[in-house]
Amino acid sequence: MTLLQTNYLEPTGREERWRFTPLKRLGGLHLKETKVTSNPSVIFRGTKQASFSITTVPSAELPPQSESDDAIVTRVRENVTDVTYLEIGKDQEVDSPILLGRSNLGSAEVARTVIRAKSHSKAVVILESTGSAILGEEIEIILEPGSNLTFIALQEWSNDAIHLGRHHAIVGRDASFTSITVSIGGSLVRLLPSVAYDGPGGSAEMQGIYFATSGQHLEHRVFVDHNVENAKSRVNYKGALAGSEARTVWFGDVYIRKNAEGTDTYEMNRNLLLTDGARADSVPNLEIETGEIVGAGHASTTGRFDDEHLFYLMSRGIDEADARRLVIRGFFAEVIHQIPAESIRERLTERIDGELARLGR
Amino acid sequence: MTTLEIKGLRVGVETDSGMTEILKGVDLTVNSNETHAIMGPNGSGKSTLAYSIAGHPKYTILGGSVTLDGVDILEMSVDERARAGLFLAMQYPVEVPGVSVANFLRTAATAIRGEAPKLREWVGEMKAAMTSLNIDPAFGERSVNEGFSGGEKKRHEILQLELLKPKIAILDETDSGLDIDALRIVSEGVNRVKETSDVGILLITHYTRILRYIKPDFVHVFAKGRIVEEGGPELAERLEEKGYADYVNA
Ligand SMILES: Nc1ncnc2c1ncn2[C@@H]1O[C@H](COP(=O)(O)OP(=O)(O)OP(=O)(O)O)[C@@H](O)[C@H]1O
Ligand SMILES: [Mg+2]
Repeated sequence: MTLLQTNYLEPTGREERWRFTPLKRLGGLHLKETKVTSNPSVIFRGTKQASFSITTVPSAELPPQSESDDAIVTRVRENVTDVTYLEIGKDQEVDSPILLGRSNLGSAEVARTVIRAKSHSKAVVILESTGSAILGEEIEIILEPGSNLTFIALQEWSNDAIHLGRHHAIVGRDASFTSITVSIGGSLVRLLPSVAYDGPGGSAEMQGIYFATSGQHLEHRVFVDHNVENAKSRVNYKGALAGSEARTVWFGDVYIRKNAEGTDTYEMNRNLLLTDGARADSVPNLEIETGEIVGAGHASTTGRFDDEHLFYLMSRGIDEADARRLVIRGFFAEVIHQIPAESIRERLTERIDGELARLGR
Repeated sequence: MTTLEIKGLRVGVETDSGMTEILKGVDLTVNSNETHAIMGPNGSGKSTLAYSIAGHPKYTILGGSVTLDGVDILEMSVDERARAGLFLAMQYPVEVPGVSVANFLRTAATAIRGEAPKLREWVGEMKAAMTSLNIDPAFGERSVNEGFSGGEKKRHEILQLELLKPKIAILDETDSGLDIDALRIVSEGVNRVKETSDVGILLITHYTRILRYIKPDFVHVFAKGRIVEEGGPELAERLEEKGYADYVNA
């Protein structure tokens, strides 16, 4: 099983899972000789409520809740001293999004965060990341039975940031997990959004958008481990690329184990190349060990701007720059519209428009 | 008073076997307040004419000229032509995912009018136009043409005609795919624009049915890439009876 093969602690770049990543640009995070500092980094940006709690606890008291053989995650786990812990209380429904954020971190830092949605709770958690950083991190999200959690990770870093992270959700019985991953900023962002189940009846909806302009490397490696029966997953990532040396990598690995009867999964990745010189890799991969499933499928497309769209809009008097903006906004709208905070939707749209405007010049 | 003048227009498309000439010298003049019908067999080049005037990048101008009040429009970009007063209701309107009808219409109206319409007046104007074309206001929130039925797409084209008020409108088979009621509603929409503005209309159709609602002043027969006969409304009736055999085999 290639998906679970053991990783070398120090990647050399020859490993299948590091083959697409420029190791030179990891800020040394993957090298044992680089001294890393523990910085919980995540700060609560809202008003406290009784329905949830957020604390910092010693790493020893809150060990990792899942297995990972990723080299960066291993370094993170070995070096983190304090963990940010967010707990949403049993049966609590948190009415407005729980806003977490961080801005301008130091160099070569590691962080761990654990989010636990207690049984039958419901919440939206938003994590904003801005400014500079060289950060390796792991976020584990545990959904207890019947809980409903939306986790929104916004990589709005400045263009020198380096961010390698694993966002791993463990979805309990009948729990419902949604993730929205938005990567716009950063010199190099490499995220591992993954899901495994801890009981039947769980569902995971993983959505993402990324927009890479010149010199950016944005990589997302999604992994859904259908390790229980009757679980559902949907993966939908959309990316746009513009400018020379804009680079994106998307992997979607879905593993349906022998015992995972009744699995229902579909994964999709669409890439839009706005200019020459950009390169998008898209590799969906389904590994199925049982035929007793509801459905499993994947789709991947990488294409250029559709001239028919532009023609239609321009034939109504809309100039080319505005027409392009409308089409690209439209391309991302499907995902952005699902972020339950208007100010954030507007901010992201403005940032995307801004990147486009810079291209036009 | 506006004049669209097409002279000796020759247009080709790039195919595997090189450039294929489709329009072989089209001459046609459309003035304000005139309605011209173009009828002709499948594949004769009617849509090619419409798209070439609108500036679709697929078509290459091989010769001739198209002017609007003496100004060469073939030199203009697609959006400039629209802002100069041209409008094309397409035979196959394009789906644009993620762009809402409401946003699209307002952006287009802003571009054509040169300033953003005042929000409150605009909402009223859009609602009224939608209601008169029997379009559910909920369409405003849907993506442009995405998942619209054939007839809904055509009504959406005429909605744009009403809101954008062009000087010259080309309607490419707007009647195809419409049920009897929709044909009447769409025709009434076109007639409203005719009554409230000086629009000149070039109406491409296969059927005389729509010409009973939208009365043409001139009828042109189009075959093999050029206009082969011209006449009044009676020509349409004759075509309905006899077909195009005389022109195609000529
Ligand atoms: N890309 C292309 N390659 C080859 N031939 C083309 C291409 N595009 C158009 N044509 C041809 O040009 C001719 C004219 O097409 P056009 O769409 O203008 O016809 P039309 O008169 O509008 O027909 P209809 O009544 O069916 O709408 C057709 O024979 C068509 O096959
Ligand atoms: Mg046609």
